[in-house]
Amino acid sequence: MSADQLVRPGKTGVLGRVAGLAGGRGGLDRRFLPVVGTLVVFTLMLVGGGSRYENFLSGRVVSNLFINNSHLIVLAVGLTFVIITGGIDLSVGAVVALSGILGASLLQSGWPATVVIPLIIVVGSVLGLVVGVMIHVFDVQPFIATLAAMFLARGLSYVISLSSITITDPTIVWLSSTRIPLGETWSLTPSVIIALLVVAVGFYVLHHTRFGRTVYAIGGAEQSATLMGLPVARTKVLVYVISGTCAGIGGFLFAVGSRSGYSLTGVGMELDAIAAVVIGGTILTGGSGFVLGSVFGVLILGLIQTIITFEGTLSSWWTRIVIGALLLAFVILQRVLVVRRH
Amino acid sequence: MQLVRHRLFWPLVALVALLVANTINTPSFMSVRVQDGHLFGALIDIMRNSAPLLLVALGMTLVIATRGIDLSVGAVVAISGAVALSFIGSSPNPEALSTVLVAVGIALALCFVLGVWNGFLVSVLGIQPIIATLVLMTAGRGIAMLITEGQITTITSPAYRVIGSGFWLGLPVSILIAGGIFALVAVLTRRTALGMLIEAVGINPEASRLAGVQSRSIVWTVYAMTGLFAGIAGLMISSNVMAADANNAGLFIELDAILAVVIGGTSLAGGKFSLGGTLIGAFIIQTLTLTVTILGISPSVTPLFKAIVVIAVVLMQAPVVRRTMASRRPQGPRPAAVESKPVEVAA
Amino acid sequence: MTTPSPAVEMTGISIEFPGVKALDGVNFRLFPGEVHSLMGENGAGKSTLIKALTGVYGIDSGRITVFGVPQTFTGPAQAQAAGISTVYQEVNLCENLSVAENIMLGHEPRTGGRIDWRRLRREASTYLAQLGLDIDPRSLLSSHSLAVQQLVAISRAMVVDAKVLILDEPTSSLDAGEVQQLFSVMRVLRAQGVAILFVSHFLDQIYAISDRLTVLRNGQLVGEYLVGELPRRQLVSKMIGQSLEVLEQLEDAPRRTTAARTGAQPVFQAIGLGRRGAIEPFDLDLFEGEVVGLAGLLGSGRTELARLLYGADHADAGELAVAGKQGRMRGPRAAMKQGIAFSSEHRKAEGIVGDLTVRENLMLALQADRGWARRIPARKADEVVSKYIAALGIRPANPDALVRNLSGGNQQKVLLGRWLATAPRLLILDEPTRGIDVGAKAEIQRLVASLASDGMAVVFISAELDEVLRLSHRIAVMRDRRKVAEIDNDDSTTLDDVVELIASGGTS
Repeated sequence: MSADQLVRPGKTGVLGRVAGLAGGRGGLDRRFLPVVGTLVVFTLMLVGGGSRYENFLSGRVVSNLFINNSHLIVLAVGLTFVIITGGIDLSVGAVVALSGILGASLLQSGWPATVVIPLIIVVGSVLGLVVGVMIHVFDVQPFIATLAAMFLARGLSYVISLSSITITDPTIVWLSSTRIPLGETWSLTPSVIIALLVVAVGFYVLHHTRFGRTVYAIGGAEQSATLMGLPVARTKVLVYVISGTCAGIGGFLFAVGSRSGYSLTGVGMELDAIAAVVIGGTILTGGSGFVLGSVFGVLILGLIQTIITFEGTLSSWWTRIVIGALLLAFVILQRVLVVRRH
Repeated sequence: MQLVRHRLFWPLVALVALLVANTINTPSFMSVRVQDGHLFGALIDIMRNSAPLLLVALGMTLVIATRGIDLSVGAVVAISGAVALSFIGSSPNPEALSTVLVAVGIALALCFVLGVWNGFLVSVLGIQPIIATLVLMTAGRGIAMLITEGQITTITSPAYRVIGSGFWLGLPVSILIAGGIFALVAVLTRRTALGMLIEAVGINPEASRLAGVQSRSIVWTVYAMTGLFAGIAGLMISSNVMAADANNAGLFIELDAILAVVIGGTSLAGGKFSLGGTLIGAFIIQTLTLTVTILGISPSVTPLFKAIVVIAVVLMQAPVVRRTMASRRPQGPRPAAVESKPVEVAA
Repeated sequence: MTTPSPAVEMTGISIEFPGVKALDGVNFRLFPGEVHSLMGENGAGKSTLIKALTGVYGIDSGRITVFGVPQTFTGPAQAQAAGISTVYQEVNLCENLSVAENIMLGHEPRTGGRIDWRRLRREASTYLAQLGLDIDPRSLLSSHSLAVQQLVAISRAMVVDAKVLILDEPTSSLDAGEVQQLFSVMRVLRAQGVAILFVSHFLDQIYAISDRLTVLRNGQLVGEYLVGELPRRQLVSKMIGQSLEVLEQLEDAPRRTTAARTGAQPVFQAIGLGRRGAIEPFDLDLFEGEVVGLAGLLGSGRTELARLLYGADHADAGELAVAGKQGRMRGPRAAMKQGIAFSSEHRKAEGIVGDLTVRENLMLALQADRGWARRIPARKADEVVSKYIAALGIRPANPDALVRNLSGGNQQKVLLGRWLATAPRLLILDEPTRGIDVGAKAEIQRLVASLASDGMAVVFISAELDEVLRLSHRIAVMRDRRKVAEIDNDDSTTLDDVVELIASGGTS
């Protein structure tokens, strides 16, 4: 949903004044400010956790942070593209379920993993393409188009199977059980490697290709991008294909992690992914954000969970409340930055 | 022709088609029978099941008319039930009417405050509605869990049960509540100037500002109302099952509500809204759900049908499709690539 | 002197919008190595012509040739490919990206698909240096002033090796020094043989930089002139001159009532009211029963003055005294409470609420004033609505018609009705007669005259000087965002006097 479609009756009043107080032009590029906020929060959490709990800063904990969230990292990368253009994708959680359950059921009926794995990723891409076409050709708001895709993907996964399907395919089992030790306590899994590869590719595409720069240009000012002669239409469709593909990969990783496919997985996962992207410093109105920031966003979400686990007395629901509070802080920070720009 | 062009025509056709299809499949579908002085039947079920959705969708209609959106209503539904049931459950006298009344009062007051909070973020801080309400959407269920302490709180208070499952004058109380609030909102928006000013703000915020419309307080009001209505829906849902499930109460109701609003012909771009359309939209969604059940398809597949409905509706509204369907009139210059400003002769 | 072949030749260009002929058989030539100014008031068709040339609009009839090659553009990308680059008034760049990127977007140097950032910055610096701009290419575009952003936009045009450069009001937000910087760049480019199409509302600038002028009026070509052969005064009268048909229609239109000023105390009094970047502080007294006309070209600050009076924009200097009491309008609502009404020049964007009915639009201000809870009773509303539909001759006389389906003139009448219903003490009308048919124009003029004679204070803005002259008791002359003169409009005041004041800036 583009920013100018939404009313801003408040204008700049209160925040404008806050922004004025915050004034003073630092040497730092303003684009990095939200990400700096992300890093500060991340560091504070690490330091706080480390000083409070024993073994908090161990290789095992940090490794698990990546291992448990590899799928979310991939989703966040895809969403970063979409959100930088000023769009949104609500369908990623449902696509995770769809590609997981599809993969599990195909494997169960004897398809080889070498066919199934690419196939379930492509399913995500195709859904993304459908969304992109709805948005671009039919001028449907991203919110509604991806909402439809969410219902579609969720419904299709229910059609495939209502119950959880366990995966026994040797390839998946191998992917799921392999641990690659790094030094004494650190370890990696194939899923983490895949996720980090996606991050690297996402980073490369956003920062070192014309396509990536067009993504930023569209988020900055779509009309300007058109007047500059940039391929706006193609790019806008492609970001949804990318997000869909990432959701497909995310679904694959989630299936590997749980060694099963289930049509109810990923309910609300799109919210976690969006929260991670926003906490990672990407501005929801578009034009600014970084893939690496989103990775840190995911890690912060993971850390919240870890800390609550370490705390022991805190109940799990505090996770959601803290995420909400962080989201609020970052949204207000972003708003202040936007007000300052004008 | 006049009839076909009415904006509720197609939604109504869809609803009637669904009902007819059901009647053909199950001839007794439309019959309403009286049992113990209470009305029963599929139609009554549809209306009763629609009640919470309708309440949420009513608020959503007004919010969308101001060019906004409220994603947090599902979370508010959960909080409302959690507050009411936790209060009743922990009170020394859970069966008493007074306990229930106080519980309802506290729950609704809190939900109203949550709506005010959303309205504050949107109208005072000027945060985009989708983001502003995402905050409460994310945190809300955590807050509900905090209130219920992670349990699914259950109660047995008969007075509370009335909200969701009681009957009055032969009709389910939930239908009466939803109907009453529908009438209230209709009166509030159409008998005062609120509806017109909401539409003005949604259609042309700048023109409205220059005409002296207090858009801030209007926008704030509709978010507050939406919070309150979601709270009532939450009471209804929790009373229906006599349990507060912080995780699942009102799950996806925000999406269904947005869907009902869109099906009812209110554009997500804001402006003109139709409460009647939203009513029909809510009925369509519930009829669809019931149809799926009756046809023996697993209810879990309902999202698939919803997807089809959403896609059909938004494509019907798409400018491209409309232009193709509209009769070819002499065309002005095509804005070749860039949408220009309104077709006023610019300097 | 041999005549070179034109870089751009547009012949018989017509473009029609629903109900309006925006361009009517216009010819236009642009030669290499010249700065050619396109002149005309609001609605003259300048923007439309430029958009036709840059591929934003398709043309209904006519021919465009660029360097002898006939072209049919379907988008900005194609026009760029043909060597035409445009720098718009509102800088069309991406503020969220660096200067270097904005220059090179879409043309980034690559090695094997990967953007070569070092080369990109180096090339961008080269282009910046060509324009004498010494800024860090890595800095964020939004960290620079609008002037620098304009120059960056021009640098971008150089990347695509533009043979034709269109500068659409690039100077409207620049200060004098920045304008000089821009001009020196333009001179360099002109010397390199670039054909430059320049649009500006500042006459001084036109005369300082251009070689040739084309004047448009009401979508038609008035003529093409060499700058040296057309004195300012003649230019102004060519831009604002009335067509014969309009003059005949308006023959019997009312002239201002004489000697209207009653009471020595002004009802509203602007004292040093101003806003940075919009209009320099000005004084203006407004009396009951008096029409004050604002005369000046587009961009002279007349609209900005009106918006400050109403509080549509916040003033950052000065006061607006109401009946002698000092204060400042804190927004439209406050102004409305003081009995000020303002009808914006942007009828569609800031005036009507298109999807509401005539009735709702007429009642909007009155209702907003009362608040939402106290709805105006239906009978009272019916009275008001039918009163103004009849009094203003709104057609169709159907209160339930959607306003967006009405003609421009009738929409304007609805807006007037909306404000008259609030019984204001001061009515500010910004271009109420623009783009509406002659009959409606005469009706609105008549209305303004009679409102004033009934004791209302009126501020009247129009691009058509003789309209201002006919209706106003007093004329404030605006130029370059300043109020440069104020004259009493008695029978001896002529159109020529006002034109002279605008052209000279009140200094002669």
